Amino acid sequence: MMITFYVAASLTLLTTALAITRSNPVHALLYFVISLVSMGVIFFTLGAPFAAAMEVIVYAGAIMVLFLFVIMMLSLNKVTVHREAGWIVRSVWVLPLFLVAGLGSELARVFLGGGSVGMIRVVSPQEVGVRLFTTDISTVELASVLLLTGLIGAFHLGRKER
Amino acid sequence: MIIWQTPAGLALALFMLGLLGLLARRSLVFVLMSIEIMLNAAGLLFITAGMRWGNPDGQIMLVMVLNLAGAELALGLILILRLRNRITNLDGDAANILRDVP
Repeated sequence: MMITFYVAASLTLLTTALAITRSNPVHALLYFVISLVSMGVIFFTLGAPFAAAMEVIVYAGAIMVLFLFVIMMLSLNKVTVHREAGWIVRSVWVLPLFLVAGLGSELARVFLGGGSVGMIRVVSPQEVGVRLFTTDISTVELASVLLLTGLIGAFHLGRKER
Repeated sequence: MIIWQTPAGLALALFMLGLLGLLARRSLVFVLMSIEIMLNAAGLLFITAGMRWGNPDGQIMLVMVLNLAGAELALGLILILRLRNRITNLDGDAANILRDVP
């Protein structure tokens, strides 16, 4: 389980780093999909099989396919990829790298502060479902309101202008 | 056994990568993808907390994060499609005029 976790973790980091540095959006998106699938493996090793299935089906399956379709609708060609490559010069990364390193070291200190070891208990999908539809029912309602808002917003913005 | 700091550190690293992409890239498609990376890192942190306490709450929050990512991505992509008519090269810096151009 440990080895699986570390392999998946390094794969996730590598593919995410590749995804944010590519100039071709489709390649970047496919790297990001690999990152999401290995994230699903990580969830599984952390004792959350339901979350792992959701990650692969909903995120890597549905949301990323939507993303891919829209990128194809944008009809990006060689020219746009070339211009994109022109934007990724080394000097662009310098200041964000410093900012991110500063924030990251702060947060790393917070995480490394509390030092206790957790035993992994597998939380079954049944347990999640029971909790989700009894005590945490407001979460379901909130999610449906959120999705309805997204639906109405997308419908409104996507109309043809008259 | 995996101590909880390892996946939490991974979530931190992924969030920082997403933030780096958000700050450094100019194309709107990549900005949206970086936001997705950051949301995903937040989801991993929720799962890690759920693992630490052996509690289903982390996975419930992940369902919430997935919903949020779906709604946000749908709206973001439709905004990119609309902006495509105004700015042809998907440069985020070019989208700085809110009012209609006469």
